[in-house]
Amino acid sequence: MIRSTAAQMADALAKGETTSVELTQAHLDRIAAVDGQVKAFLHVDSAGALAQAKDVDARRAKGEKLSPIAGIPLALKDVLAQKGVPTTAGSKILQGWLPPYDSTVVSTLKAAGVVIMGKTNMDEFAMGSSTENSGYGPTFNPWDLTRTPGGSSGGSAAAVSAFEAPLAIGSDTGGSIRQPAALTGIVGVRPTYGAVSRFGLIAYSSSLDQAGPFGRTVLDTALLHEVMAGHDVKDATSINAPVPAVVAAAKSGDVKGMKIGVIKQLQGEGYQKGVQTRFDESLQVLASLGAEIVEVDCPSFEYALAAYYLIAPSECSSNLARFDAMRYGLRTGDVDGASAEAVMSATRDAGFGREVKRRIILGTYALSSGYYDAYYGSAQKIRTLIIQDYAKAFTKADVLVSPTAPTTAYKIGEKVDDPMAMYLGDVATIPVNLAGICGMSLPAGLADEDNLPVGFQIMAPAMQDQRLYQVGAALEAALLTKWGAPILSKAPELKGAK
Amino acid sequence: MALPTYDEVIAKWDPVLGLEVHVELNTASKMFCSCATEFGGAPNTQTCPVCLALPGALPVVNEKAIESTILIGLALNCKIAPYSRFARKNYFYPDMPKNFQISQFDEPICFDGYVDVEIDTEEGPKQFRIEVERVHMEEDTGKSLHVGGATGRIHGADYSLLDYNRAGIPLVEIVTKIVPGTGKYAPEVAKAYVAELRDILRGLKVSDVKMEQGSLRCDANVSLKPIGSDVLGTRSETKNVNSLRSVERAIRGEMIRHAELLNDGKKVKQETRHFQEDTGLTRSGRSKEQAEDYRYFPDPDLVPVTPAASWIEELRGTLPERPSLRRKRIKEEWNVPDKEMEAMINADVLDIVEATVLLGADPTKARTWWLGEISRIANDQNIAVAELAITPADVAELVALVAKGELTDKLARQVVEGVIAGEGKPSDVVAKRGIKVVNDDGALMAAIEKVCAEQAETAEKVRGGHLPAAGALIGAVMKETKGQADAARVRELLLGHLGVQ
Repeated sequence: MIRSTAAQMADALAKGETTSVELTQAHLDRIAAVDGQVKAFLHVDSAGALAQAKDVDARRAKGEKLSPIAGIPLALKDVLAQKGVPTTAGSKILQGWLPPYDSTVVSTLKAAGVVIMGKTNMDEFAMGSSTENSGYGPTFNPWDLTRTPGGSSGGSAAAVSAFEAPLAIGSDTGGSIRQPAALTGIVGVRPTYGAVSRFGLIAYSSSLDQAGPFGRTVLDTALLHEVMAGHDVKDATSINAPVPAVVAAAKSGDVKGMKIGVIKQLQGEGYQKGVQTRFDESLQVLASLGAEIVEVDCPSFEYALAAYYLIAPSECSSNLARFDAMRYGLRTGDVDGASAEAVMSATRDAGFGREVKRRIILGTYALSSGYYDAYYGSAQKIRTLIIQDYAKAFTKADVLVSPTAPTTAYKIGEKVDDPMAMYLGDVATIPVNLAGICGMSLPAGLADEDNLPVGFQIMAPAMQDQRLYQVGAALEAALLTKWGAPILSKAPELKGAK
Repeated sequence: MALPTYDEVIAKWDPVLGLEVHVELNTASKMFCSCATEFGGAPNTQTCPVCLALPGALPVVNEKAIESTILIGLALNCKIAPYSRFARKNYFYPDMPKNFQISQFDEPICFDGYVDVEIDTEEGPKQFRIEVERVHMEEDTGKSLHVGGATGRIHGADYSLLDYNRAGIPLVEIVTKIVPGTGKYAPEVAKAYVAELRDILRGLKVSDVKMEQGSLRCDANVSLKPIGSDVLGTRSETKNVNSLRSVERAIRGEMIRHAELLNDGKKVKQETRHFQEDTGLTRSGRSKEQAEDYRYFPDPDLVPVTPAASWIEELRGTLPERPSLRRKRIKEEWNVPDKEMEAMINADVLDIVEATVLLGADPTKARTWWLGEISRIANDQNIAVAELAITPADVAELVALVAKGELTDKLARQVVEGVIAGEGKPSDVVAKRGIKVVNDDGALMAAIEKVCAEQAETAEKVRGGHLPAAGALIGAVMKETKGQADAARVRELLLGHLGVQ
């Protein structure tokens, strides 16, 4: 049952072939069996999940009209506040904090009858690309437990990849949904900025953060996307417009007559051979389905990484100032006679990890008077140029494509002491965030040299998220025919699995 | 060396002012969340995830606060920016939940305005134009209560308590350009400016403008330069100035303090100083020599403020008359003596008197009622005149009844009591209480004869030419007629009866 797609599970629930309680229990059993190795979850809320499942079963029995994914269990990235459930954003500084409120994403999921099984591991405050920066230890890639699942939403991606959950939610500030989706062989979408409410999403970089869905298929991902998106008056940056018809697009997947633009700057040198090969192959598949492949030039992308690593740290240096031991979370150094300032300082020193401190220091510096124009100011100019590059490219193509990440999953510890090498892994995903548009990663096969999943990235203009699903569904169907079985069937069995 | 006198200071030094006024808006909810804003709630009862800065919470701008700020800008002759942004002012302090304040930096919503103020001098009234650099929106901080220690300050306290009810209340900051050329009048000009602002804001109904509760707060920047010099001196910024009188005292005190230092060849330190209400002196606060770096940047959680030109014009159309101009107009139109004008302003009855006059009452009569009998009752009950259950329409009716001779002033006072007691309109009170003026000379004569018979001795005195004694008889007649007689007519008839003129 747990190896079905979410769409199949929803079908079985609708037909009365199973119940949400059964489905939820099966996934909780799977978590109990394999999560000791994968470590996707920081907190499993078995009692809460089963209570939610029971409730949705009762509502179904009464004949209530339910959302298409009512009763389906889900894994929630620990960056989203859930009332009464530990929420840490992967940081020691929030250890033990129980939010007194639900994020809008959580209240929307609850209203839709989606069963939240627990909170997944992540790089601390979403800063990282491997989930190794979690304050609670790394998550392991189900394809190879010596490797990272990517990040920062590594826990959510690993949970879906390891069949611990059919659906999951992540957040994507510079690629944190798409890159782990690529490295674990699943589908992940970063919706258009403002499409999903950020209220209750613990902020890393406010102008770049966006929550989004993970699934094992394009359709599953669309089902979750359509439920979680929508306008929210509690988020000033939320877009007040109808949610794009992503489910319909995922069901109709067709690329005939579409123009697909390959970004010149996001391929070739620096990309692992097997990654490039699978990418090129996918292009041929799309061409064979009737799409026209064109090349587009985005010269400003060269500066995207530099701009990102000024803007995101600048915003985070301010966003993370609230963690000061005064009102919630960790408090250390509160000994007799210690001043508020001393307690704040001791707590932040003890509670934040190295990468978080690195980015706070970087951002504090970039915003300093005398440096602001050169750093933050220049980065904003690059951001404008990148938006212009995209606008121009989208006059030539309906969607743009690239490999999601330059490499397949790397070994735990391989890049942890080399921040630059780690940052380079985000080179293909970051431009989407800087421009506020939407992007998807879906599996393009396994790299020949290491038999690890490769991600194919699709990008579309703001609020044209349905195009991702239209193209993604077409490519997915063609590749499935070619492979004969879903890619996850090629992943090794985890120990302890039944 | 002794402190220089004020005259010695101004003989040598020329003061330059800069005034920053913070105004708490009276919106029902906070600047970025829907929490209540009432003053005096139990600590931390008016808070939510947003104003406590819980992880994940986001601000959303209160539209009403933007409207109020634009109104203030328009009233201060400012330009209104078609596009302005909120910025984060970053610094750590326990009473600021986010450890940044949402404010505006280089893109304020209103800019380039002015306020004209007038002060009385020995050479007659003198006008000064105070130029306004900017009017911007921001949020208030919470309040810290430092317990223990000698000073009530954070340093040396045993512990501190935090109340976040005030955190996030909308604040408007009004900043002047530097104000040169006020010379010896600097303290009075500053006081007049803050008073004028207070009146304008009160007229706009956007704030309670209660300096004692902190809903209007003034920071006064003062520096001195030698007379004739173009080079500005080092300034000090005095905070905690909580009354109009304190504005004047603080500036005068700082001028003297600066002059003393400068006369001694010492330097003025650029710093924040705290005004001491009891001594009228200032105490050193935070040093500003090392300018704090607030790392301002546009708040990415908020969208730019882009008021439509049509909306701004609509708001401009709702601006009330400038209070100072209105006072001038009223004073002339009603021919009010200075003292009486001042009394009306101090008693805060100008609006209500004007409303009464607009309903047809004679200005002098209207003023006399509101300032006299009605104010007296309000004082006795320790409430504001406006809170009494008597309206301008009631007073206008009362004045009309007296003018028609249907009530005497004395009877009218009973009617006022009745209206305030909730017995209805003046005509209702007259009817219910059966109040009427006794105009019947026959009835009056009967009463006069009765009284003269009862008090024959007094009557004899009057008859003998001792007129002051008539008062007792008139009083007795009034009592006999239950106050419903016209006292002047009684006197006339009585004197006639006793054969004296």
